[in-house]
Amino acid sequence: MTAALRDDFIPDAEPPALVVDELTTQIRVGRTWYDAVRGISFAVRPRETLALVGESGCGKSLTALSVMGLLPAGVGRVSGGRIVVDGVDMTAADEPTRESMRGDRIGMIFQEPMTSLNPVLPIGFQVAESLIQHRGLSKKAALNRARELLELVRVPAAASRLDAYPHQFSGGMRQRVMIALALACDPKVLIADEPTTALDVTIQAQVLALMADVQKREGLALLLITHNLGVVASVADRVMVMYGGDVVESGPVRAFFARPSHPYSEALLAAMPRIDGDTPLQPIAGQVPTLTQMPTGCRFATRCALRHDRCAELPPLTPVGDDPNHLVRCWARMSP
Amino acid sequence: MLRFVIKRLILAIPTLWAVLTTVFVLVRVVPGDPTIAILGDQASEGARAELRDKLGLSKPILAQYVDFMSQILTGDLGRSLSTNRPIADDVLAVLPYTIELTLAALVVGTVLGVPLGVLAAKNRNGFADWFARIFSLAGVSFPAFVSGILLLLVFAVELRWFPVISSANAADPVERLRALVLPALNLGLLMVAYVTRVTRSGMLKALSEDYVRTARAKGLPYRTVVWRHAFRNVLVPIVTVVGLYLGVLIGNAVLTEIVFNRPGIGKLIVTALNQRDYSLLQGLMVVSAFAIVLANILTDLTYGLVDPRVKTQ
Ligand SMILES: Nc1ncnc2c1ncn2[C@@H]1O[C@H](COP(=O)(O)OP(=O)(O)OP(=O)(O)O)[C@@H](O)[C@H]1O
Ligand SMILES: [Mg+2]
Repeated sequence: MTAALRDDFIPDAEPPALVVDELTTQIRVGRTWYDAVRGISFAVRPRETLALVGESGCGKSLTALSVMGLLPAGVGRVSGGRIVVDGVDMTAADEPTRESMRGDRIGMIFQEPMTSLNPVLPIGFQVAESLIQHRGLSKKAALNRARELLELVRVPAAASRLDAYPHQFSGGMRQRVMIALALACDPKVLIADEPTTALDVTIQAQVLALMADVQKREGLALLLITHNLGVVASVADRVMVMYGGDVVESGPVRAFFARPSHPYSEALLAAMPRIDGDTPLQPIAGQVPTLTQMPTGCRFATRCALRHDRCAELPPLTPVGDDPNHLVRCWARMSP
Repeated sequence: MLRFVIKRLILAIPTLWAVLTTVFVLVRVVPGDPTIAILGDQASEGARAELRDKLGLSKPILAQYVDFMSQILTGDLGRSLSTNRPIADDVLAVLPYTIELTLAALVVGTVLGVPLGVLAAKNRNGFADWFARIFSLAGVSFPAFVSGILLLLVFAVELRWFPVISSANAADPVERLRALVLPALNLGLLMVAYVTRVTRSGMLKALSEDYVRTARAKGLPYRTVVWRHAFRNVLVPIVTVVGLYLGVLIGNAVLTEIVFNRPGIGKLIVTALNQRDYSLLQGLMVVSAFAIVLANILTDLTYGLVDPRVKTQ
């Protein structure tokens, strides 16, 4: 747990609701397993928002799915490290224990609101289902609670829409339903995997504000996955930048934006649209190497202007700048 | 839902009209003079003219068409040429046997095919999957009369579990059921093959959908995820194949009835062919057409039950 808690910045704070320690997740290509997430560590405390950013394919979703225990069977596996959710070691637990944690103490919101709800089941029941499963509520009581949850996420006329089906809802409304669904059992940890990417710009802001609001009210630990640095600046407390399965930089949001230190973070910020922060990031020159062609040392070396001989060896995460919790993984940027 | 039912029933009217017109035309464009077919080529011109009058064939074609349609609308299928009994009575007398056989086959096909398909998808490339794939390949490759004879040889002649000579019209319900088992299996196994295939591929697709991941993220037991979340979505393709296959079953029931020597529409068709009973044949075609249109209506109505998107559109 030492590595995970190195970035403590609130002394005497509550213990973290989610601890990920040296997590390595592998993906099978043909007969070989490749590291798609390489020994990443972080912790999220109640009421705290940790943003996970990085280009497409850098391993953000795999990290989330590893925490949930929902990696695609036969294709993905956790090959090392520890995941502790609300004090329960998920990596050591058996499947029934993990089932009892999912949807109860840890919830997840997915990127695709259009396909993440079951088209043939009523909305109310889909929200109520985990209450029936984990809390043993009667269907009636669970539906009653589902109505309250839908009101909480501001679905208009919630009471009359319990029997409606997903196709009768817009994308933004469906994502609200997904939030209600994930919050049903008052989880300690919420993972939101690009919850607004698929939505209209105006709806994006509404949904984010709603999530931030609910999070503060319920005291959730939120792991927010995004590739929008504007979102990071406005809602996150801390940020973690991933590249090719490695954490390349992490730290408090203010310190990060004041002094982005990894060449990849700099490139991300430079590519960030100025005014609205809503359009997707401009691509950075070059491409992320595929899993089978990852360099052994620093994985960003193939695209990096500061590359030199030492980059064949993976640099450690080391403090940079004034804030002791601001860490960077780059030989060129290590404070001497 | 009621509006959906009514809408569907209204939509069936043009279909039925088209089918009936096709039967009418088909019977009349088949080459050869029906009076020669019935009376033989030695018949006198007078006898043939008399028969033509009796059949209504001497009237103008449009008048024949009006007669044909109005008769059917009043439930009258005309009289048999060979027995002179009302065709509707003859058909109604054997129809229950065919319905009984078709429904039993439908049950066999669904009750065996659906779980086998789900099991195969759940254990992809496992034992159940290989069994299901080989079984459904064999199932669709066997003609009904071959599998029927095999079933008879094994279970009736060798093992003597079931009667060889069918007593489908026995008064004793147990006897009647015993007589139904082999024909229903024969007719149903073919359907098991199709239902298994559709269920398996539908489940494989459904299990990889985002909403299944959501269901798992809720912490539901895998069994609940499979049946409540994935399987519900596969009901639409299953109902489609069952509905389509109901039409095929009605046709295949004929072969099975003949192999197992059961009373039913199949045997009546053979009789009609042997006797060259042209009006009986036409009546049977009309009845089969109605049955298939009815099967399609039932299929569509079932869509409304299994897929909320259908009735709220
Ligand atoms: N089911 C899978 N099968 C094969 N490879 C996969 C699978 N899921 C992820 N990968 C691979 O693992 C790597 C990380 O993928 P991941 O989905 O975590 O990316 P991401 O950071 O979430 O990207 P995005 O922003 O596009 O969602 C990628 O190289 C991807 O190709
Ligand atoms: Mg992703």
